[in-house]
Amino acid sequence: MNFLNSLISGLSLGSVYAIIALGYTMVYGISKMLNFAHGDVIMVGGYVSFIMTMYVGMNGWLALLVAMVVCTLLGIIIERLAYRPLRGTGSLAVLITAIGVSYFLQNAALLIWGANPRVFTSLFDGVGTIHAAGGQLTITPESLFTILANIVIMIVLTLFVNRTKAGKAMRAVSEDNGAAQLMGINVNQSISLTFAIGSGLAAVAGVLMCSAYPVLMPTTGAMPGIKAFTAAVFGGIGSIPGAMIGGLILGIIEIFSRAYISTELSDAIVFACLIIVLLVKPTGLLGKKVSEKV
Amino acid sequence: MKKNWTKFLVVALSVMMVFAMTACGGGSGDSGSSEGGDNALHLGGVGPLTGPAALYGNAVNNGAQLAVDEINAANPDGVQLVWDMQDDEHDAEKSVNAYNKLVDDGMQVLVGTVTTAPCTAVAAEAFEDRMFVLTPSASGPAVTEGNDNVFQLCFSDPNQGIASADYIKANYADKTVGVIYNNADNYSTGIYDKFKSEYEADGKKLAAVEAFSDDANADFTAQLNSMKNAGVDLIFLPIYYTPASNIMTQANKMGYAPTYFGVDGMDGILDLEGFDTSLAEGVLLLTPFTPYSDDAKVQDFVKAYEDKFGETPIQFAADAYDCVYAVYDAFGKTGLGTDASSADICEAMIKVFTGGDFTASGLTAETMKWNAEGEVDKTPKVCVIQDGKYVEQ
Repeated sequence: MNFLNSLISGLSLGSVYAIIALGYTMVYGISKMLNFAHGDVIMVGGYVSFIMTMYVGMNGWLALLVAMVVCTLLGIIIERLAYRPLRGTGSLAVLITAIGVSYFLQNAALLIWGANPRVFTSLFDGVGTIHAAGGQLTITPESLFTILANIVIMIVLTLFVNRTKAGKAMRAVSEDNGAAQLMGINVNQSISLTFAIGSGLAAVAGVLMCSAYPVLMPTTGAMPGIKAFTAAVFGGIGSIPGAMIGGLILGIIEIFSRAYISTELSDAIVFACLIIVLLVKPTGLLGKKVSEKV
Repeated sequence: MKKNWTKFLVVALSVMMVFAMTACGGGSGDSGSSEGGDNALHLGGVGPLTGPAALYGNAVNNGAQLAVDEINAANPDGVQLVWDMQDDEHDAEKSVNAYNKLVDDGMQVLVGTVTTAPCTAVAAEAFEDRMFVLTPSASGPAVTEGNDNVFQLCFSDPNQGIASADYIKANYADKTVGVIYNNADNYSTGIYDKFKSEYEADGKKLAAVEAFSDDANADFTAQLNSMKNAGVDLIFLPIYYTPASNIMTQANKMGYAPTYFGVDGMDGILDLEGFDTSLAEGVLLLTPFTPYSDDAKVQDFVKAYEDKFGETPIQFAADAYDCVYAVYDAFGKTGLGTDASSADICEAMIKVFTGGDFTASGLTAETMKWNAEGEVDKTPKVCVIQDGKYVEQ
């Protein structure tokens, strides 16, 4: 039973990582940049949803929708103001800007919402936990919904990228930016769309994460952001199924090492696994091998 | 590809280092302290008045100010106290600068500093300068270690662990006890180590011990499952209230309801915005001070504090208040005049504090005594949370 309990926790935590990792991996895929501010967009999503439920009195699901809209806009604005002017100046300038944006968001949150931690009310407040096998097996509604949401998001996103015109345009830009432009694809629009989708998903991840682990602080997004980034690299950065697999595996490794090996070493084990995977397969589990032009 | 990665990492790390270094911008406190010649003893304080730990520094500043005003008003013809507190933003380097400024301004006794890491740095300076130090709240053992001039008014971290273990053994002998602690935090591991050795001293065993690292949003289901499977019905939590609230929420979802026992870091859990305080019902915590106490002295203090500062005092305010009274009483016993040098005062005060017959009385304990190591000896209070309030056990 302990095994099943841990498996469910691991899948649920891994699903949160996977949804966040999508934002990293899609942005990397299309613009070859690491958006380190992504983790902090999660935190903004959490706070917006918190404010909407606690002070405006909205229903949790409506608040989630508002948080998604705010984060989507935030993602587009960040891309427009901070990253677009630097496009073509090399990856270092953009990387440093991304770290700057991350600090900006954290400190803005500190200024607006203060340093005192808040406790987030779960989306499923009042929904009972499922107890099975004589109370041995517990499944919280949060973990069940997180796992389901992850699966739905993955299916919808895969269909979107493969079947729709906008999705095809995104893939084309990812493949070859210049050629895509010559074919009449609006590159700026495609990149904006990617940021919008990634940031909207970050809001979902933020609300789901805070529902399960309810503490909300200006630095709430930092650690999950790093773990999800690890998951994206683990699965092969740039690959959507890779983000899902990487996230799930990371979550399961983390919970199982806590349950069976040591709670003190769980983070070390997670990152050791990453190093081993990268040593054996430098592009990650599902990453494409790209030969670099010299 | 691979090469790019290394480049990214190197740059990311160096940028973070630059940020870490430049994040310590300027900003100095206000000056203002009169010179000697007036029959006044100059007390200095150092602590975080701004920044993330500002809550603690401001409480100390307010509590000390209240005590100073009371003492000055009570005997206008006797020794008067002058209080000057400087900001250190919970930063060791700034703390030493603030301390040096106070020394230049004629400070004779330091009531501070508020937090452990800066206090360790300042204590070393003060040891060189022969400045008497009584800290209200820096609880780490490194603060007093090797410094004969530094005394703590709060329990040291190890002593909190010992006191908790003794209390649990005496009052909850039939409970199965487990621990969840933060292994990335000195405070938490310090308390846990002593708790474990004290608890297991006479053959008892901790049923389960689990750890987590600094991340407040962590998933605690693995730790809680381990507690549940080991049959633990009392969990000792030597951690701050933020992760503790997370643990209580997650345990509640699992349908697991053990008794929780916290230390002074648990203080604040009832003020956490959005937290369902009904989950904290029945939580036991070791704290030196509760504003809800029936004690007349405490009630007077709480009322005066609320009137003056518009908020309910936390234990840091009470610690600082007691510090000022302890220093004032001890200074009276030295027989020195207020024109004595800080070094003379320091030697005389050390003699009084370690003399064996000096006891202070205050809000945080009826009697407080100090040993030569600078640690305080007082009876810990254990409170239980009932109807959203601390009730003394």
